[in-house]
Amino acid sequence: MKKLLTTSALLAALPLTAMAADKPAALKIGMTTFLTGPASVFGVPARDAMDIFVANLNAEGGINGVPIEVTYIDEGAGAEALTSEFRRVAQTEGAEVMLASISSGNCQTLAPLAEDLKVPNLMWDCGTQRIFEEHSYDYVFRPQGNATSEMLAAVAYLLKTHPDFETIAVVNQDYAWGRDSWDIFHTALEAMKPGVKVVGEFFPKFGAPDFSTEISRLQALRPDVVLSTSWGGDLDTFVQQAFQRGLMNTSTFVLPLAESSLERLGSSLPAGHVVGARGDHYFLHPERRDDPDFKGFMEQYKEATGDIPVYSVFHASQAFAALKTAYEKAIADNGVDWPDEDQLLAALDGLEFQGLGRTLHLREDHQGVESQLMGTSAQTGEYPFATLENIMIFDGEGLLPPVGETSTDWIKGLDASFVDGLAVETYDN
Amino acid sequence: MNLTIFLLALFDGISYAALVFIVALGLTLIFGVMRILNVAHGSLYAIGAYATVSLTGFFLALGFAPVFAFPLMLVSAVLVGVLLGGPIEWLLLRRIYDKPEVLQLLVTFAVFMILEDVQRLVWGTQPYFQASALQALGNVTIFGVTYTVYQLILLPLVAIALLIGLRFFLRHTVIGKLILATTEDREAAQSIGIDADRVFLFTFVVGAVLAGLGGALASPTTSILPGMGADMIVLSFAVVATAGLGQIGGAAIAALMIGLGRSFAVYVWPEVAVLVPYLIMVLVLLVRPEGLFGSPVARKI
Repeated sequence: MKKLLTTSALLAALPLTAMAADKPAALKIGMTTFLTGPASVFGVPARDAMDIFVANLNAEGGINGVPIEVTYIDEGAGAEALTSEFRRVAQTEGAEVMLASISSGNCQTLAPLAEDLKVPNLMWDCGTQRIFEEHSYDYVFRPQGNATSEMLAAVAYLLKTHPDFETIAVVNQDYAWGRDSWDIFHTALEAMKPGVKVVGEFFPKFGAPDFSTEISRLQALRPDVVLSTSWGGDLDTFVQQAFQRGLMNTSTFVLPLAESSLERLGSSLPAGHVVGARGDHYFLHPERRDDPDFKGFMEQYKEATGDIPVYSVFHASQAFAALKTAYEKAIADNGVDWPDEDQLLAALDGLEFQGLGRTLHLREDHQGVESQLMGTSAQTGEYPFATLENIMIFDGEGLLPPVGETSTDWIKGLDASFVDGLAVETYDN
Repeated sequence: MNLTIFLLALFDGISYAALVFIVALGLTLIFGVMRILNVAHGSLYAIGAYATVSLTGFFLALGFAPVFAFPLMLVSAVLVGVLLGGPIEWLLLRRIYDKPEVLQLLVTFAVFMILEDVQRLVWGTQPYFQASALQALGNVTIFGVTYTVYQLILLPLVAIALLIGLRFFLRHTVIGKLILATTEDREAAQSIGIDADRVFLFTFVVGAVLAGLGGALASPTTSILPGMGADMIVLSFAVVATAGLGQIGGAAIAALMIGLGRSFAVYVWPEVAVLVPYLIMVLVLLVRPEGLFGSPVARKI
């Protein structure tokens, strides 16, 4: 009899437990980021920013009273260590959500792993467009744009601001991103401005300390435009050496990742070159700089690190906003104290959220739609480094292929009218 | 390929070779005398660069003229040699001269790994750039292409001065002759009263100073960041192996071959530029396993 009663009580309680999870003592999340290696120029600022976001939210009482705890995993330790750490944090430590990762290679490794482990994963910074074009995932989301939207914004800005250029040369790092980004850029250029001549393609090795020979060659070739999607120390060295030798006076540089090097380059990035930010990420974001949350964070970040935030900080803010908004939405939609996994996944589908930039949303293929900010460098004297003028913010929707199409096929079908069809806001500075 | 492009590639190759040679010089000197392949040489190079950037930044902030960066390069190189090179030889290497080569390699590799983390601890992970020295010398324009005086003229001059200086030092000074004697036969040298321990310590410090000087001279031209030491040790090892371990003059030739090979590749076939140093090394070692100028030696074991 007693057994029967217990069983009935358990059965009666069952629908309830299926509806909601118990409120945990803390929401554990794991974040992969580069703490060592060249890409720590992005990873360390993102971690510092994440610490601030988490501390701020926890000071307000967390999500529905649950504080957040982050475990950081170093992507610089190599793919093998990374996957075993990812597994450990997701399984043994019981992280409810993972944020992985910076490197596109790591995203391609960890997306299927997250799917296997059934842990929701927000791909917070990696650029490769292939993930959702070649696979479909239930547990993987990307709260940011991808290489396609970033490169198309660069092409569009170049065509709008320098419509008459005839020759271009490229100097990219010799690894997946350097090659893939040039493929997208080149394909787009051929579709939208077929007459442009590519006079030089250079892929110096990743981490090359010297670009002197490439620069001599470029000075002999005199291309109208020099494209480089390099970043970190490679970009700094290339721009510094090009500046030292006067190449920046004769060619217009297009540097889609230079927002992350502005402060380090100081006066070595002269006026008149095209700068991108992998999204609408800029410490003087024209639409956001007067907003209290934006200003407040900039002050906190400056105080904590002494630097201005770079795009990876904005990407971290977007992932954090997506996480927080998804939990709050799942709690509100289901009227529960704490959502279970299915409720969280349902909330992430089509989620709208806002980090430090414009509002983003997730498409049905889980790809984020992120606006893209491009600008031209200017040395105004207000800061000891270049800032941006003639800023354009492109709406992200027009920069992505329709769901189900691959970027390459879609871009090949574009033409010169593409640029005019984009929704764009322009600001003087 | 016309004459202009040929000359441009030549200039680029020479200035690149000069820098690589300065670093390879220290590596090959240490190997020639002590028979130790010092992997930590790469770290000493990186720390030389970091030290120069920090010192230069500090003194320029105090209001010193940019030309002051040049003596600071020497100061940094000597600091690296004495403060790091000295203890490494005295505390570690001295204990393993008679141990198997694999162990020696592992020990210097361990030192390399430790020093890599020390750099990260002291200087963090963000790249540094300090080009005052380079800017102080200005530019020259040849065939419409602008070069920096620092890279086109100063670096090759320093490399040649070091090559001649070191050869003169080894052959025509007392200490140099002591080093050569110890290199030839350590036991015989000791039996006639040469303090081999001190000779080794001195040689290692000189080699470490050269590594630091390489880093100091490279610092105005490139971003200083974690990992730069690993790249340089691989490249300078390629130079040293191509030349034949311990061959000082040979290292100069090999550095030139590799520098020129790389710069001509950038003009003719950029895709293979990255491979060129190693292709040259492989080709040379296939034909002459002891290197271009090395002589075959009987195995120790």
